Amino acid sequence: MKLSKDVMKDMYLRMRRIREFETKAQNLFAEGRIPGFVHLYIGEEAVATGVCENLTDEDFITSTHRGHGHIVAKGGDLKFMMAELYGKATGYCKGKGGSMHIADRDKGILGANGIVGAGHNIAVGAGLSAQYRGTDQVCVCFFGDASTNQGTFHESMNMAAVWKLPIVFVCENNNYGISMSQDRHMAIKDVADRGAAYGIPGVAVDGNDVLAVHEAAEEAIARARKGQGPTLLECKTYRHRGHFEGDAGAYKPTEEQAAWIKKDPLPRFAEFLKENKIFTEKEIAKLDEQVAEEIAEAIKFAEESPDPELESVVQDIYSDIVEEVRVR
Amino acid sequence: MKTMTYGEAIREGMSIRMREDDSVLLFGEDVGAFGGCFGVSAGMFNEFGERRVRDTPISEGAIIGTAVGSAATGLRPIAELMFIDFLTVGMDQLVNQAAKMRYMFGGKVSMPMVVRLPAGGGVSAAAQHSQSLEAWVTHVPGLKVVYPSCAQDALGLMLSAIDDNNPVMFIEHKAMYAMKGEVTNYEPIPLGKGDIKRAGKDVTVIATGKMVLEALAAAKTLEKEGIEVEVLDPRSLYPLDIDLINKSVGKTHRVVVATEENKRGGFAGEISAIINEDMFDLLDAPVVRVGALNTPVPFAPVLEQYYLPNSKDIIKAIKEIV
Repeated sequence: MKLSKDVMKDMYLRMRRIREFETKAQNLFAEGRIPGFVHLYIGEEAVATGVCENLTDEDFITSTHRGHGHIVAKGGDLKFMMAELYGKATGYCKGKGGSMHIADRDKGILGANGIVGAGHNIAVGAGLSAQYRGTDQVCVCFFGDASTNQGTFHESMNMAAVWKLPIVFVCENNNYGISMSQDRHMAIKDVADRGAAYGIPGVAVDGNDVLAVHEAAEEAIARARKGQGPTLLECKTYRHRGHFEGDAGAYKPTEEQAAWIKKDPLPRFAEFLKENKIFTEKEIAKLDEQVAEEIAEAIKFAEESPDPELESVVQDIYSDIVEEVRVR
Repeated sequence: MKTMTYGEAIREGMSIRMREDDSVLLFGEDVGAFGGCFGVSAGMFNEFGERRVRDTPISEGAIIGTAVGSAATGLRPIAELMFIDFLTVGMDQLVNQAAKMRYMFGGKVSMPMVVRLPAGGGVSAAAQHSQSLEAWVTHVPGLKVVYPSCAQDALGLMLSAIDDNNPVMFIEHKAMYAMKGEVTNYEPIPLGKGDIKRAGKDVTVIATGKMVLEALAAAKTLEKEGIEVEVLDPRSLYPLDIDLINKSVGKTHRVVVATEENKRGGFAGEISAIINEDMFDLLDAPVVRVGALNTPVPFAPVLEQYYLPNSKDIIKAIKEIV
């Protein structure tokens, strides 16, 4: 199906937002403004964008430790995200979660997740909930190639398949589980092949081509909405940075990196938009400018926000119990 | 007034809420037409159908994960693990997800889920089907933990557990399922409210689960010797009814804590420490713990009976401090 200009624009903006957010997060982390760990999504923008363009706020996603891209693509608020990375009281989680635990229930974002493979199981619950309540909601479960080696992957794919749950399992195959390349951590080339073990479709697409991702996701999501069950969608992509900031990625061969940088999804989509006369260079530059302003505003918001009150540490554990503050 | 078994009371609690609220559902291994490994959900499949009483594949991680994901998106699931021992397989979903999501997300998600956990020994089920793992779950901020010792409490606590907006671990002693008790009250028993199962003035035995029955047996024996034992069942391990404990200790000044756990690192140690830290002035003697031996649960009936704590151990402990 031919996509409208508005959809193209929206997808470009989402991809650019992710890239800009992550590039700034990279710098701010290097400057010591952001504590803890950050796992950047740079290079994988086409996956979250192409998939989430097909979703509404009613739909759910589960995410990973590398979650910023999913959250931006699903419509997460950039200011609250950045403030959470800073550990500020105004952040999505009031400074209690940080980069790996951002969630937004109103946007259907069931959380980034620090445990590799944990989102698979949670997605089954969200999928069951949608089916049980008789809605047409779907849940998209994002995860990396290496997480498909966890038992949770097997449990969840099987349960989702046998119950025909409205879930799309989106594998972002960036070829690495931390430092371990795919050929060292599994004996198959296409993660999509694993779908056959559960009797569900397994589809592999170029994860750096946002249009290809969009098309494949559209089909899988439509299947899920129609009650035809889950799909395993493998998007082959590459992370430009290390596993986390501070990991120089020495295990990634130089030629491999260069080849993938050439396939960078963002300039690639920009080229497509220009070549097909959807947007001019000038119009794209303007969109870039708009995004840069949004991110600058988010950083300003985070910088100016207060730290959490110490007493808040004992709140939000339970809905009805506040733990004792330190007395001894 | 009605007489029902401990297992029937759990079923009744679940069924009452399922009749009232379509968002409540039960799932787990063989809980459907089969009726559950211990028959607790027998008949529920016929009443509520497969949509709401749902068999799962043998996948404990996905069972708890399904509870997490469905609780976060509008349902009030009850997940049954066939044995508490199988928690190991689903521990990530329980400890890193269910317990922490609300906090990690700044209080912006609700987690109204119950995990049913058949625990305890005495049926020669050996080391992987008999454990008492109260300490594992009480240790984790974000979880609530209840452990009924009779049919009435099982029913009332189940109602409260389902009504609660937090993950509640519902520990059930498997050797008590067939025990009958009177049920007079169909109201929820608030979490965090203990109960004096027998009043006495000389010593308080704080006991949980099946050890409440052992404590009552010990009290009966000691009555003949002129020792009046108060038996306090916290019913809810977290939140813990510290006020009731304080009141009882203020009366008896002597405490035995009796649980079926391996004594080392058990929740009994936590109760004992709370009393020592906060109620030391009320004590006339050190707090004594009674627990199982620090071994895996053995199989042979003679070995298992030797391993398990019982009323004789409680009597011995009481006599050390009275």
